[in-house]
Amino acid sequence: MATLVQAIRLALHVGEERLGVTDIFGEDVGPPLGGVFTQSQGLRTAWNTPLDERGIVGTAIGLALAGQRPVAEIQFCDYAFNTIDLLKLAGGVSWSSAGDYNCPVVLMTPVGSGIRGSIYHSHSFDAQATRLPGWKIVMPSNPLDAYGLLLSAIVDPNPVMLLPPKALLRAKAGPDERIPGEPDDERALAKMIDAPLGDRTRWRPEWPDVREVFVPIGKASVKRAGRDATVVTYGRMVPLAMQAAASVASEGVEVEVVDLRTLHPLDWDAVKASVKKTSRVLVLNEDTEITNFGEHLVRRLSEELFYDLYAPPRLLAGAHVPGVGLADNLERASVPQLEGVVAALRELVSHQP
Amino acid sequence: MTTTTPHEPPGESALALPAELLVRMHENMVRARCLEERLIRMNKQGDGYFWIGGPGEEAFNTALGLLVHKGQGPAYDYLHLHYRSSATLLAMGADPVDSLRQMKNTASDPYSGGRNFCNHYSVRKWNVVPVSSPIEVQFSMAPGTAIANKRAGGRGITIVQGGDAGTAEGDFASCLIWVSRPGNELPCLMIVTNNQGGISTPASEQHGEKHIADRGKAFGMRTAVIDGNDVETAYRALEKAMDYVRTERKPMLLEVAVSRLYGHSSASGANLITEEADCITLLEKKLEERKILPRAAMDELRARTTQELLEASKRVREEPQPDGSTLYDHVFSDRDLVHDAASRGNGAS
Ligand SMILES: Cc1ncc(C[n+]2csc(CCOP(=O)(O)OP(=O)(O)O)c2C)c(N)n1
Repeated sequence: MATLVQAIRLALHVGEERLGVTDIFGEDVGPPLGGVFTQSQGLRTAWNTPLDERGIVGTAIGLALAGQRPVAEIQFCDYAFNTIDLLKLAGGVSWSSAGDYNCPVVLMTPVGSGIRGSIYHSHSFDAQATRLPGWKIVMPSNPLDAYGLLLSAIVDPNPVMLLPPKALLRAKAGPDERIPGEPDDERALAKMIDAPLGDRTRWRPEWPDVREVFVPIGKASVKRAGRDATVVTYGRMVPLAMQAAASVASEGVEVEVVDLRTLHPLDWDAVKASVKKTSRVLVLNEDTEITNFGEHLVRRLSEELFYDLYAPPRLLAGAHVPGVGLADNLERASVPQLEGVVAALRELVSHQP
Repeated sequence: MTTTTPHEPPGESALALPAELLVRMHENMVRARCLEERLIRMNKQGDGYFWIGGPGEEAFNTALGLLVHKGQGPAYDYLHLHYRSSATLLAMGADPVDSLRQMKNTASDPYSGGRNFCNHYSVRKWNVVPVSSPIEVQFSMAPGTAIANKRAGGRGITIVQGGDAGTAEGDFASCLIWVSRPGNELPCLMIVTNNQGGISTPASEQHGEKHIADRGKAFGMRTAVIDGNDVETAYRALEKAMDYVRTERKPMLLEVAVSRLYGHSSASGANLITEEADCITLLEKKLEERKILPRAAMDELRARTTQELLEASKRVREEPQPDGSTLYDHVFSDRDLVHDAASRGNGAS
């Protein structure tokens, strides 16, 4: 049973062996380390770059324009802010050239809090990323989705950004989230593909014969069905929403949890279908709340489903502070916690129009 | 003026070019100048919102366009140009009328479909990657195409060009670092066309380095500083530089002194500046002195080209503008990566 980070590694392996990926690169991505989260260990086409995020994004664009198939990484999304204009350019290649060129870059950058990452290493990137027209933005909440979304990203002719939540990188797959072909025993998998500690010069991974799964970009997944309220969420907040839903279920409240998986292009049909059924909706993410991607969802919900709603659509998001403070109490006060989600759900279902 | 690193073999940059080539270069330079002058007029007459272009850089840019290995894919040269590169495009075979179309932002503009300013090209079949407005970003992208060139194993190289002021951006430093990684040197020719300043800010107030090209030396790169107003120096130096990059598969930094004959852009008036050297005047003097072309023939070429472009601009004026309903076209590409061999790009044109 792969963890999310192993799932990424397996997808990159499939990408370079079967789907034409030519370069997997970024800071400390190549040997000996294979990525600060182990995401690129043992990969044939992984290489280390200078410590230069703009160079990484620029080179990825150049490679893509020259028919190569790059997967680039920004080590932490906290350090992607100086690349914004290059990201804008990548998103604009096809449109600006009226379709002459396209720019098939895959950019991975881990996001979010929950690993005691302090002010930097805890930022979210959803709002920034969704302000980049021409990019597809995907955000997995479990290993199988990470695997399948990454494979879809690799074969997409457009720039695609994968935003894996750092706090879920070691999360294990649920029972129906297995990657076909991976060994049943998690220790067996670790033995095959995790680099050993110490000298790795002679180590070679033994790749399991995993099969391709393409999780479609632009398709949400209903993680739990319910009739009383909908939580629209993604990434790290999905497991939290599931816990909250389980908690209120004991009070007789049935919450539907929609995992967007792709932020853009958005699966509006899935959101609409769920909210039309439940008439109450909570949007949940951990990015700072002002000009938050969830505000876009709330705007569309209000404009398009106003007469279907029994309660005002609600957004629960991170505090608008410059970073996530290191101390436990600060982090808990910054990003949504289980109690907060449960309280928001109770309020939502008890609201009378 | 030509200074080189101590390791560079003695140059031939002073050698005269064959008459036939000079005539060809002259013709392209005149066409490029007439095109820019037509673009300026169109803008002043309200047939286009903004002008920026390359009058004053025709000698060097023509040499570049003639020397480039043109085709699609990493076996051929990649060009990361900027907004002063019209003479390069024309020398490669671009239709000047297409530049008029981009100025008039017509639907028929092949470079951007009426979306971008004039002189912002994109020609995938010739490896001319999209020109964009942010200064210097092309220097961050160039290592990517240069990696592809190196991987392809042929003689294709990456050429990246920008102005002098832009070299203060981090992208320029990125390029120096990325093309000279030990053991991974890339076939990339970095070109700085130095017109001594940015929009209005003189280089002398902002840049302490003697030559921008000197920055390459710290990375073990071959460098040269040349006079881009003289066609023969420009052609010879570029030929030599390209040959070095093609053969050695290593980077080089070339600094080229050029003029800016109509100021920065329409925003600063786009009026003729007579104090700076004009590469066409200099070439025409040579052509007359060497009895290669009579004055009358050169004047006739200019008058004829001016007239042709004037007429073309009238026709372009009548071409349809893009329809608002096409706004979302090409936001996403549907090119099939897995099956479209051309998207990997291998083929001359
Ligand atoms: C990143 C960025 N900053 C500012 C500008 C505005 N701008 C356009 S051209 C220019 C001057 C560029 O000078 P230089 O690099 O020497 O090139 P030149 O125009 O002289 O050829 C400036 C500041 C821009 N386009 N991009």
